[in-house]
Amino acid sequence: MRTKTLRTVFLATTLLASPALANKVFVSNERGNTVTVLDSATWEVLAEFPAGNRPRGITISPDGSELYVCASDDDLVRVFDPETYEELHTLPSGPDPELFVLHPSGNPLYIANEDDNLVTVVDTETRQVLAEVPVGVEPEGMAISPDARVVINTSETTNMAHFIDTESYEIVQNVLVDQRPRYAEFTTDGAKLYVSAEIGGTISVIDLTGETPEIAKKITFEVPGVQSEWLQPVGVKVTSDGSRVFAALGPSNRVAVIDGETDEVIKYLLVGQRVWQLGFTPDEKYLITTNGNSNDVSIIDVEAEEVIRSVQVGQQPWGVVVAPD
Amino acid sequence: MTKARASGGWSCPRILRNGAIGAISLALTSLATLPASAQEVRSAVLRVDYPSLLPLSRLDLPVEDLGLAGAAVGTEDNATTGRFMGQTYDTVTRAVPPGDLAAAFEELVGQGIRLFVVLAREDELLALADAAPADALILNARSGARSLRSEECRANLLHIAPSDAMRADALVQFLVWKKWTDLFLVHGSNPADLALADAYRAAARKFGAEVVGEREFEDTGGSRVSDSGHVLVQRQLPVFMQDTPDHDVVLAADGTDYFAEHLPYNLWEPAPVAGATGLVPVSWAPTHESWGATQMQTRFEKHAGRTMREEDYQAWLAVRVIGEAVTRTGAADADTIRDYVLGGEFELAAFKGQPVTFRTWNGQLRQPILLSNGRMTVSVSPQDGFLHQRSPLDSLGLDEPESACTAFE
Repeated sequence: MRTKTLRTVFLATTLLASPALANKVFVSNERGNTVTVLDSATWEVLAEFPAGNRPRGITISPDGSELYVCASDDDLVRVFDPETYEELHTLPSGPDPELFVLHPSGNPLYIANEDDNLVTVVDTETRQVLAEVPVGVEPEGMAISPDARVVINTSETTNMAHFIDTESYEIVQNVLVDQRPRYAEFTTDGAKLYVSAEIGGTISVIDLTGETPEIAKKITFEVPGVQSEWLQPVGVKVTSDGSRVFAALGPSNRVAVIDGETDEVIKYLLVGQRVWQLGFTPDEKYLITTNGNSNDVSIIDVEAEEVIRSVQVGQQPWGVVVAPD
Repeated sequence: MTKARASGGWSCPRILRNGAIGAISLALTSLATLPASAQEVRSAVLRVDYPSLLPLSRLDLPVEDLGLAGAAVGTEDNATTGRFMGQTYDTVTRAVPPGDLAAAFEELVGQGIRLFVVLAREDELLALADAAPADALILNARSGARSLRSEECRANLLHIAPSDAMRADALVQFLVWKKWTDLFLVHGSNPADLALADAYRAAARKFGAEVVGEREFEDTGGSRVSDSGHVLVQRQLPVFMQDTPDHDVVLAADGTDYFAEHLPYNLWEPAPVAGATGLVPVSWAPTHESWGATQMQTRFEKHAGRTMREEDYQAWLAVRVIGEAVTRTGAADADTIRDYVLGGEFELAAFKGQPVTFRTWNGQLRQPILLSNGRMTVSVSPQDGFLHQRSPLDSLGLDEPESACTAFE
């Protein structure tokens, strides 16, 4: 596999003026029960491998050696070798794991269990459950602060962002947001937290620089000719310099581009159908969107803020992660 | 169950190896999760049990905790949120025969309860609404009666259950979308059946379908099921359905569950059946899985040991409406809750893919309607292309100009 990747890189560098580093892009296909692997230099499909039942949340270890997939209907996390696509082992997750976040060091893994109102903390080395943290009803979105002191969980029916202390596993703060919060994303400097509310149709911008977290602004969306009910923010990604925020707007088939300074929407990019989650390449040149109802991913040129192409993947793509350099 | 687990988890957080300790601007230690004094939210769920025969299908056999189980899960959901807000929820549940309703209501009012979720028919709902103290609020979780949303509306009565008109509109929209617009209407002879027939006629007029013919299936009483009764049904029903004008679909208006289940495959002409059986417009189906509904189903099944019915969903939703209003306003009195839910701020996620809100002209909860074949969700209305200047959801049921309600002005 490695030689093939290298060959691709070689090919790419000879064709293009600026050399592009190829990274593997892993897309979980919720319905297809597979993970599709793409090459970030050529956007060709390298492989598609079985990933358990109803794979949704997907992430990769900081050293790129382990790929984690929430196999929701198997009630566990499956761990794959990103080179051979062999399953290495599984991790206990609690029932119906949907989304998770990895500690920046690669250990532990914080998992949202939708059916049990719990966040499960799992040691990725010993494969032991370290803690179960009771949260609101239907926990979903997970994020960890850049300094790793706080894990965020959003609960879809309680409509809160829960701030969990990573040392004590106690909830230290709750922020009420709009209906059905799906995803949480910190800025790299840890000053802001973006929380999307799918049914509420908003993204709450939570200011973390004060004594307590405060909602500084709610970003709303408006596209001429699209019913406001369908502008449902789900996945959110922020560039590492904080200048741009991208939000997947679900059934409206759009990704909103938001100015990270003013938190105002700058433009909307038309992507595939039911756009769900987003993933940057490590150099942040590209953003990949999973489009659940058109069975493809759209590739966004981040600097140009344009969709440059779409690539067919497996059935009902859900999550995406790109291997580190 | 949830609470027990929750408290267990709270008491024994375990420490992991230390990660990076940076300077986060949050003053973590100074933040308290629970306010010192808790606010108690008291409400009651009242279900009226009417004398009735057994249903046509064993799958619909009555269950003891119908509706009440949904309310219990809703209360649990509210309590989980309340834990973070410093609010506790106390929901009293009662199931009474119609004759005992007034006394039960009076007793609960006497205990200071002012928030009521009621599963009853039109007459009993009106009696309660008229007998209620001025500072009480009643949420209708069962009746679809048109008059309650029109000339007989009450300012203290909000409707969580969809109206008959919403259901009929949802179904006819789908049939029009399919271009199956010639409808043959078979209705029962009881008042509830006739009301449904009216709703279907109105829906056909509204969306450009045509009721090409009608027939009444008279309720002659008797038991619903007899041993090898299918033999007679197979011979008699086709004859009853003979000599009909050409039609695409048979619409069954059977609000009292005595004949519709027999129609599919027993017609004279081959045609799909919709309405009370076949393709059925519902607020909830135990098979519904979209928009996170699977989580609701499993949560309910774990609690009740059975699947979730419409009455359970409607009671759950009513209790959640109260909970959401309490969470957002910090108040637990009926006036504040009513003002909040009828105001512009209120919206609630209800596993239907878009927020549910209230119509300010008659207190009806706007909601998508599922079209279920009993095994799967076939479609969800409003259908594409049925537009409305306010919200596509307002293409279902009594729109503002159609409703004679003035109590909300």
